[in-house]
Amino acid sequence: MKEDTIAAVTTAAGAAGIGVIRVSGEDAAVIADRVFRSKRGIRLQDRPSHTVTYGRIVDAQGWFVDECLALSMQGPQSFTGENIIELQCHGGTVVLTKVLELVLSAGARLAEPGEFSKRAFLHGRMDLSQAEAVMDLISAKTEKAAAAASGQLSGALREEVSDLRAKILEIIAYLEAEIDFPEEDIEKMSRAELQKKLTSVAADMERLLETFQSGKILREGLKTVLAGRPNVGKSSLLNALLQEKRAIVTDVPGTTRDVIEEYYNLGGIPVILTDTAGIRETGDLVERLGVEKTREALIAADLILYVLDLTEEITPEELQLLREMPQDKLLILVNKHDLLQEAAEEAEIRERLREYPLVFVSARDGSGLDLLKQSIRERYLLPSGRMSEQPLISNVRQKDALTKALQAVRAAFASAAGDMPADFISIDLRQVWLSLGEITGETVEENIIDEIFSKFCLGK
Amino acid sequence: MSYHAGTYDCIVVGAGHAGCEAALAAARLGARTLLFTLNMENIALMPCNPSIGGPAKGHLVREIDALGGEMGRNIDETYIQLRMLNTGKGPAVHALRAQADKYRYQNRMTRILQDQENLALKQALIERIILDEQGEIAGVETENGALYNCRALILCTGTYLKGRIIIGDVHYPGGPNGQRAPLHLSVSLQEAGIQLGRFKTGTPARVDGRTIDFSQMSEQPGDTDRKYFSFLTETGSDLNIPCYLAYTNLETHQSIRDNIHFSPLYSGKIEGTGPRYCPSIEDKVMRFADKERHQLFLEPEGLDTYEIYVQGMSSSLPEEVQLQFLRTIKGMEKVEVMRTGYAIEYDYVVPTQLTLSLESKEIRGLFCAGQLNGTSGYEEAAAQGLMAGINAALKLQGREPFVLKRSEAYIGVLIDDLVTKGTNEPYRMMTSRAEYRLLLRQDNADLRLTEKGYQIGLVTAERYAAFSRKKELLSDELLRLQNTSASPADSRVLAMLEERNSSPLRQSQSLADLLRRAEINYADLVRAGLGRELPEAVCEQIDIQLKYAGYIEKQLAQVERFERMENKPLPQEIDYAGINGLSSEARQKLNKLRPASVGQASRISGVSPADISVLLVYLEQRRRQGAGHE
Repeated sequence: MKEDTIAAVTTAAGAAGIGVIRVSGEDAAVIADRVFRSKRGIRLQDRPSHTVTYGRIVDAQGWFVDECLALSMQGPQSFTGENIIELQCHGGTVVLTKVLELVLSAGARLAEPGEFSKRAFLHGRMDLSQAEAVMDLISAKTEKAAAAASGQLSGALREEVSDLRAKILEIIAYLEAEIDFPEEDIEKMSRAELQKKLTSVAADMERLLETFQSGKILREGLKTVLAGRPNVGKSSLLNALLQEKRAIVTDVPGTTRDVIEEYYNLGGIPVILTDTAGIRETGDLVERLGVEKTREALIAADLILYVLDLTEEITPEELQLLREMPQDKLLILVNKHDLLQEAAEEAEIRERLREYPLVFVSARDGSGLDLLKQSIRERYLLPSGRMSEQPLISNVRQKDALTKALQAVRAAFASAAGDMPADFISIDLRQVWLSLGEITGETVEENIIDEIFSKFCLGK
Repeated sequence: MSYHAGTYDCIVVGAGHAGCEAALAAARLGARTLLFTLNMENIALMPCNPSIGGPAKGHLVREIDALGGEMGRNIDETYIQLRMLNTGKGPAVHALRAQADKYRYQNRMTRILQDQENLALKQALIERIILDEQGEIAGVETENGALYNCRALILCTGTYLKGRIIIGDVHYPGGPNGQRAPLHLSVSLQEAGIQLGRFKTGTPARVDGRTIDFSQMSEQPGDTDRKYFSFLTETGSDLNIPCYLAYTNLETHQSIRDNIHFSPLYSGKIEGTGPRYCPSIEDKVMRFADKERHQLFLEPEGLDTYEIYVQGMSSSLPEEVQLQFLRTIKGMEKVEVMRTGYAIEYDYVVPTQLTLSLESKEIRGLFCAGQLNGTSGYEEAAAQGLMAGINAALKLQGREPFVLKRSEAYIGVLIDDLVTKGTNEPYRMMTSRAEYRLLLRQDNADLRLTEKGYQIGLVTAERYAAFSRKKELLSDELLRLQNTSASPADSRVLAMLEERNSSPLRQSQSLADLLRRAEINYADLVRAGLGRELPEAVCEQIDIQLKYAGYIEKQLAQVERFERMENKPLPQEIDYAGINGLSSEARQKLNKLRPASVGQASRISGVSPADISVLLVYLEQRRRQGAGHE
């Protein structure tokens, strides 16, 4: 019988050189293939056991996330005795969390504490003397995880989730009471009302999920890339923002040969600034490597600050390039504002780039930098109006459970809209109820029946 | 003075709905069986509502029937009205409900029992169970001192143990419907180490139909198309006697409120816990004070009586108050009460003391079934009776117990809930309790269970032949539908799609795919000349299996995961206190309940997923250690 496939980060938390995500189970390679791309299009499913494949991890849109070495091991010759793929990525919580999220949405389940060892023992990969140790490990890890989880379950989140569960429970009670007591004279919920309620619950869940994104930014930093043609002043801007010279600045195009990362506190948002080599075609091999990294950095970024030089004409190639960038992350900085001669010039630039958010800045005199900080804050900290507080959804487990709940709400909505019988809507809503319960640790079935009896007057 | 009166393989105490099924099952499986009843006239009595079935309960009846039990056939021949409920709410919750002629129901069941080979029927009050030196069941003693020996005893004593009737400030010992109540059997059980609890339930007044003006109420006829409980019934009683719908009003409620201080529930005279789904009218009026009216169904108790059951009016208020509020109801101004409503308190066996085969974990050979186990309802009782009867017989034959999983039957859900979680009110089966509801439909009870019933030996050759034929027709036709394609140009297809307002085909599609469209049914294919003339039950199966295939497959995948844990047995001799990784709560609960499988363990409250992981590792450790010794 097929066991489900589990995944987890197996290296210690914190910024290590390499981070490993282990995927174990029958479908390990199939799932890994959904996020892994090798250069030559090799599928991990086709790789023999105990081989290493070089490639990259991409997200659902195909954007680059990280470079990766994938280790393939086929059961029973593996740690757990099952098929295993280990994805070795660059360390750092941000990247690892992202890769884990991708693996989970590709079909794996987040491993329970001690589950790899448990499977290893059950599949005969550990000898009898280790049984006690594995049992202790499970209980110790579970205790630790429970403590950590309750630490990460803020009062505000508990309240939000309980609220959502109460709403779902009410709908379930209506549907179930009607099913189990069809002849009773009880209030019924119309399909329109039901759909309205589900829409509102879905919106609440989406808002809550959004806080995972902003919560992550608060916790792990906003990955920001400074991009632009050579010599438009990216490094000067970086220095102006950091208020110290960090990158080497010369007038010779292409001096910034490598990606330099710096943390910067931007009015409360931790920003990881990356200055990149200019984007242009070049014959210089060393430089080309730098350019390629730039493209990768662009894709992994949360925010792209694309720098233009006010004194230079915007070329059609550059407009094309702007169009190809991930639009939701893009903010254009027009540098050298201090060299502006007439106001009409600014208006003309605004008109040409009217599709993009624009900020005029000057690295030399520092003008516009406050405006820049403000627009970043507005963009990343204000959308749900609650960002000044603690992020609500704070870990992958919570996010995974909430995502599943949201999918089930959508399925229930589709059933309701498609005029499916009540029974089918109820099936999905029970899933919502269970998934939400995983966040707060409550999964008692009896509640549904309690709710029915407290809500309705039933019986002979 | 006691005397030895006889020896049987199996003795069943109580001839209610559980006892009848238990005795029939045991006798049909070859056990020499003796069935005791308090009163020969009251076999298969319906002391509460004269009705069988409804959501989840109707499912149970179908399952009982599919396994070779009697309830389905008995009601099919004796109903006065039949309705399929929930027809718009999804195939899994369609539910058949019958109004019974309760006297004919009893008479038919009595005859079936008397005609049954291997089965003896005796009237006696049992007051004591007898154990042998090993503490196993050896027999019973009647109040007259007759000692009967047996190797398996099935207690189906319903709500009778130390029964107490309460009507206002009047109360006296007694069973339902004026029957006697055994007072010493509870003590005998407790002395043997069985833990008892106390529940209460109630029933409304029966009134004289000749004193009711039914023209003031709305008539509730049954369905005209016939569907039966039993998969074997071809023609049932085919009666359609109406019920009537009436309502309480503000005057009724006022009259109840004025007298609420007489209520034994409110004055604290009743200590037992009552069921929430069967509240008394005084409970409804007090708890849902803003409701201006409550619905009542007036149900005839049979063809040969004028008695009418007033569903919705259960009460333990004083007799004169009952009459007073009944007369506030439109059409009942001159009503005469024939039997007064009452509440009843009784002892029940805490069901977590039982195994999944309904045998006591403490006293081997003792089985308990029905309301004695803390359930409510005739159907729940009959289902347990059948399972206890089967298991007692299997045990006598030295065969493995017969246990249904939660993924296989409502019966499985019912028994697993009872023995794993226990219950703090009389337990009623509800479809919401079944996590795999979509698979446990009433339409496929035979497909789920008849093969099993046949393996046990309870399903007759006649039933098995009919079942095999249906199964064959179904699988042949499903295969044909998948392999036959409908061409867009086929005039029969075109006409059918147009008639059903369904969009035309763009390319060839299998007939099975066509049936996945909500608006196309198998009957349409037949009319278009693309189907076959098949029994209605087969057509229904085809429609359901194809239309809901996506949902069904989803549940099947869940079931596969679920069953993995169910199929890992936990040896009974494990000492959970000695397993270090378990939480202390889990150790305690597991030692007390001694679950049969890892799956059952996982449903015990207080046993966490981590505890289950530890158990799995422990089991593997044990297995390897065992292998090392061999």
